[in-house]
Amino acid sequence: MSRIPLSALIGLVITGAFFFLALTAQWVAPYDMAAIMGGVWDPISSEHWLGTDAIGRDLLTRMIYGGQVTIFVATCSTILSFVLGSILGFTAATAGGWVDQVMSRLVDLVMAVPTLILALVILTAVSVSVPTLIIVMGLLDSTRVFRLSRAVAVDITVMDYVEAARLRGEGQRWVIFNEILPNALSPLVAELGLRFIFAVLFISTLSFLGLGVQPPLADWGGLVKENATGLVYGIPAALAPAICIAVLAISVNLVADWVLARTTSLKGGRGG
Amino acid sequence: MHPILKLVAQRLALGLLLLWAVSLLIFFGVEALPGDAAQAMLGQSATPVALANLREQMGLNDPLVGRYLHWLGGFLTGDLGKAMTNGQDIAKSIGQRLGNTMFLAFWAAIISVPLAITLGLLAARYNGRWPDRLISGVTLATISLPEFVAGYLVLYVLAVKLHLFPSMAMIFPGMGVFERLHAIILPVIVLVMVVLAHMMRMTRAAILNVMQSAYIETAELKGLGPLAVIWRHAFPNAIAPVVNVVMLNLAYLVVGVVVVEVVFVYPGMGQFLVDHVTKRDLPVVQACGMIFAAVYIVLNILADVISILANPRLRHPK
Repeated sequence: MSRIPLSALIGLVITGAFFFLALTAQWVAPYDMAAIMGGVWDPISSEHWLGTDAIGRDLLTRMIYGGQVTIFVATCSTILSFVLGSILGFTAATAGGWVDQVMSRLVDLVMAVPTLILALVILTAVSVSVPTLIIVMGLLDSTRVFRLSRAVAVDITVMDYVEAARLRGEGQRWVIFNEILPNALSPLVAELGLRFIFAVLFISTLSFLGLGVQPPLADWGGLVKENATGLVYGIPAALAPAICIAVLAISVNLVADWVLARTTSLKGGRGG
Repeated sequence: MHPILKLVAQRLALGLLLLWAVSLLIFFGVEALPGDAAQAMLGQSATPVALANLREQMGLNDPLVGRYLHWLGGFLTGDLGKAMTNGQDIAKSIGQRLGNTMFLAFWAAIISVPLAITLGLLAARYNGRWPDRLISGVTLATISLPEFVAGYLVLYVLAVKLHLFPSMAMIFPGMGVFERLHAIILPVIVLVMVVLAHMMRMTRAAILNVMQSAYIETAELKGLGPLAVIWRHAFPNAIAPVVNVVMLNLAYLVVGVVVVEVVFVYPGMGQFLVDHVTKRDLPVVQACGMIFAAVYIVLNILADVISILANPRLRHPK
């Protein structure tokens, strides 16, 4: 185990802290999420460490629960995109032929349209709820995982050991899970962090536009939207959740950079 | 035919095919989802009778392929149909807003492209030293900011605290060019921030990539200064990837513009699109989505074509 560089360590600690707060929100948060505690946009005080929000709820409490929603949605959609994207990508690479062609061209088509625009068109037609958001985000993002895992798997399927497994009569599924997956794992893990950041930014943007997580529940993007009008009067409440989004994204980025550098320096990684 | 013309024609044809496929995706993709336009408008609790009436009125009972052809035909002739919520002609409402959005994107592009290329060159020139580290650090931070966060930070600091610029980008017909420019300063700053980081990092990577070639070493060994090496030998070979980067980021502006317009209450296409997603007005959303997608695809095709024209290796395919 090589030493962890300082930047990655900082990233790990901050990311860990965010996840810890998200998991323990119910016990850590000082007040009830929906309770109206004081006036509109009360300043910072000893009872309300970050002041109150646009209708007098404790901002710190809202932020902790907001983090929970943001991290939950982003984690679920990242898992969905990875499971779906990598299985389809590996299938396309091992099957080859027209299966590969059809899947790859479909993914090209979806990726030819900006993700946000496509998501907006879809969210017009379906009713917006947390599960649909996770599914839509996961599906749209799985195209990127598909491309990566297909590219990695295409290099692996030509290896002798895959050929050997095929010749001794192993099925498609066995080849994918026992031969390709273990060898494709490190580039996929390196990509995981970047996809998670993308999911965090994406759900925040959707909620900010009013098309993501719906009130009374709010994620960080939604909190920015709720408190944005205060900014013009010099009340910085909306900046707190905005900064949280940025800090989470930067710290995951620092960890992802380190993982990427480590996996590519290993033998068999992308750098070889 | 000259091989390069053939290659360009191929790309253009491929692009047209892609545009057509995207129109299929946007039209039939929505049809394939549970519920339809009538359901979306009336909500889950609508009575079956009301639903049936609205479907009849909107022509949702007509055959699907016929409706698609009608929609596509209308699109090609500039007739985008009528909005569901207020019955207004979509093409008319979009026209003015499209102009506003283009105005915003144009100024963002004019400022960010030369700036990004200069900074990218600087970072490549001082690779690994403090100017590079500074530029890379700042760009990493801006990449991690979603557009709306950057927007509000800029708004809070420059408009609310320092009172330098108006906090809302109000723009209306009859305004002079300078008044318009003054109004859009903040959104332009934000858009520049958003695309600058990507563009600059990719320019830097493209130039560093070229700098590892043998002919660069030769140029260095024959005693050329670092700037002369970059300008005379590295830059011409990096043009193709850099142009590609620029075009991709201009395409990225398409998305950034949607969010930034909402932040600054700018009357453009993005704001219009988001408003109508909230109102669940499917025809408007499909029309806007198609226009955004088309701009994005056209810029991508342009990037392809320009990099073919700029790259001698592509000009003479084996």
